Amino acid sequence: MGADPRQPILRMQGVSKSYGAVQILRGIDLDVEAGQRIALIGPSGSGKTTLLRLVMTLETPEDGTIEVEGELLGLRRVGDRLVKDSGAHLRSVRGKIGMVFQHFNLFPHMSALQNIMDGPVHVRGLSKDQARERALDLLAKVGLRNKADSLPRQLSGGQQQRVAIARALAMEPKIMLFDEITSALDPELVGEVLAIVRELAHETGMTMLIVTHEMGFAREVANRVLFMEGGHIVEDGEPEQVFGNPRSDRTKAFLGAVLHR
Amino acid sequence: MNLTVFLPALLKGALVTLEATLLSAAVALVVSVVVGLVRLSRFRLLRGAALVYVEIFRGTSALVQLFYFFFVLPIFGIDLSPMAAGVIALGLNFGSYGSEVVRAAVLNVPRGQHEAAVALNYPPGLAMRRIIFPQALAAMLPPFGNLLIDLLKATSLLSLITIGDLTFAGKSLVQSQGHVTAIYTLVLVFYFVMALMLGRLMQAAERRVPGATAGGGR
Amino acid sequence: MNFDFDYALQILPTLLRATVITFQATVGGMVLAMIVGLALELLRRSGVKPVVYATKGFVSFVRGTPLLIQLYFLYYVLPLYGLSLETMETGILGLGLHYGAYLSEVYRAGIDGVPKGQWEAATALNASRTHTWLRIILPQAVPPMLPVFGNYLIAMFKDTPLLATITLLELLGTAQAEAAISYRYLEPYTLVGLIFLVLSWPSASLVRLIENRIRAENRNGR
Repeated sequence: MGADPRQPILRMQGVSKSYGAVQILRGIDLDVEAGQRIALIGPSGSGKTTLLRLVMTLETPEDGTIEVEGELLGLRRVGDRLVKDSGAHLRSVRGKIGMVFQHFNLFPHMSALQNIMDGPVHVRGLSKDQARERALDLLAKVGLRNKADSLPRQLSGGQQQRVAIARALAMEPKIMLFDEITSALDPELVGEVLAIVRELAHETGMTMLIVTHEMGFAREVANRVLFMEGGHIVEDGEPEQVFGNPRSDRTKAFLGAVLHR
Repeated sequence: MNLTVFLPALLKGALVTLEATLLSAAVALVVSVVVGLVRLSRFRLLRGAALVYVEIFRGTSALVQLFYFFFVLPIFGIDLSPMAAGVIALGLNFGSYGSEVVRAAVLNVPRGQHEAAVALNYPPGLAMRRIIFPQALAAMLPPFGNLLIDLLKATSLLSLITIGDLTFAGKSLVQSQGHVTAIYTLVLVFYFVMALMLGRLMQAAERRVPGATAGGGR
Repeated sequence: MNFDFDYALQILPTLLRATVITFQATVGGMVLAMIVGLALELLRRSGVKPVVYATKGFVSFVRGTPLLIQLYFLYYVLPLYGLSLETMETGILGLGLHYGAYLSEVYRAGIDGVPKGQWEAATALNASRTHTWLRIILPQAVPPMLPVFGNYLIAMFKDTPLLATITLLELLGTAQAEAAISYRYLEPYTLVGLIFLVLSWPSASLVRLIENRIRAENRNGR
């Protein structure tokens, strides 16, 4: 790895995963450069979400390795063997990654503000005042400064998802994972959530992996698109190329089906 | 029939019953939480030990356990006061049931909450303390309320190891004064009123812990 | 003091014979509780206001007071009013009434679980009240209750040692009697604990298995 001057921020090598007899990912190789915003598209069951969950360490790969800035994620090298990692080293690597979920997963017993502050205070050790100030800034950024004291159940789905984005950002990750973040929302609330991500993309240049069914959004926000099917990355290119002039027949068929529905 | 004799004696017994209930409940609560969480631990040996404890205390009778602590432990040089033996026996007995309540409530917290904690890089212990357990608490309270009332009733067994509780006071009054029907009826009424009061107390507690699962996702 | 295996072996047959008494009390108590529970639930549904209130009051009073005092009450008070029962009969009556109050709530949940359409269908078929209850409602209400009954049966089994306090020589009473003769507590009480464990642990596991199976079936059915 030392031979590579421009180290990728995320590198997956030969990553495989199955649930029981069903193989979801088949030897994925993927390098992500810092600043890339990757849209993962493909039919359901193609392994997009599983790929994100592996990067978040919510699942363990059966085979292969994942590295973040050159450091193994979820694994530790002992001699010439790889063993499962936990504890401080896992957390130091995992802290570079943040995730926003389809179902928001806000903590229902905490207000919006507490949801955003709790991690910075208790995991990252910020002072309460510092964390509160940052949390309020983030709430303002997602347009919910006036909802700081609301409990999640008092917020609409779109508002909850915006709080969830602010909560993930508060941990200052280098890579953000967005897992179908508008799929659980009523159609009229999709726009407000996508607007936040769009703004984030243009303002910060943060590295993002975005699983989405919103093709217009993918085309607009991403600077790289992966089309996945059957646990493989079938096509990998710039949005204009993948959407406008797909090389693979499978990509063509998929885009034909979703765009002309 | 002389109420001025009965009532003070029964009230004194009722205070002992209340004391025994609260002490045993405190022991049971600690045991419930610790054992309930250990049952979910990653370490097989700990999990196994907790399971053995739960099965033994749920599988045998509370009264037999009480006699064991009172009559058998002294043989091994562990000489407890009757109240200590009783409180520990009842606490361990109800702790075994309570630990199952804790375990089930923790398991019932949606998976998305665990995943959000991982995504925010919480270490497992901190995630349990700040995220999972507070949400499980709401689900624990109603069954804990039932157990507390069962525990109140179970303290009547302490009269059998010489503790001067409400039951014991009733029995002594019957022996010295007669009036079996009146005294045992009064004793029953005393227990019933105490059970109602504890029930109200637990309901008030439930109202103060909001049902935490709404809007939490999966 | 060490565990005396010879003494333990010597008293084991006596304790096993006493286990039969414990069984009789449990089975008798459970049969009575199932009848009392159903009767209480039917009274609660009678629609006659005084009967409904009296039934509700009785159930919550029995549930809110200790079995031990209820046993004393039956054992010492009933004879004063000319009702002299055998110790075993008193014990079964006590267990039956106490657990009957709990089972009435189980019946309630089970009966409430029968879809409303079944009552309407019975009316549409012009079935008699008795026919409706016996042939249509209860056969549907009872199967889901069975695991709950099983749990109460095991709970009652573990409550039978209380009958020792009204002089029934069941397991614990017999162990006490043995201890009074030999001044040894370790062996009799350990054996009683082991006998309870050996009998109730597999039963509880069986009930849990049935519960899980019913739950799995319900899940597939939906």
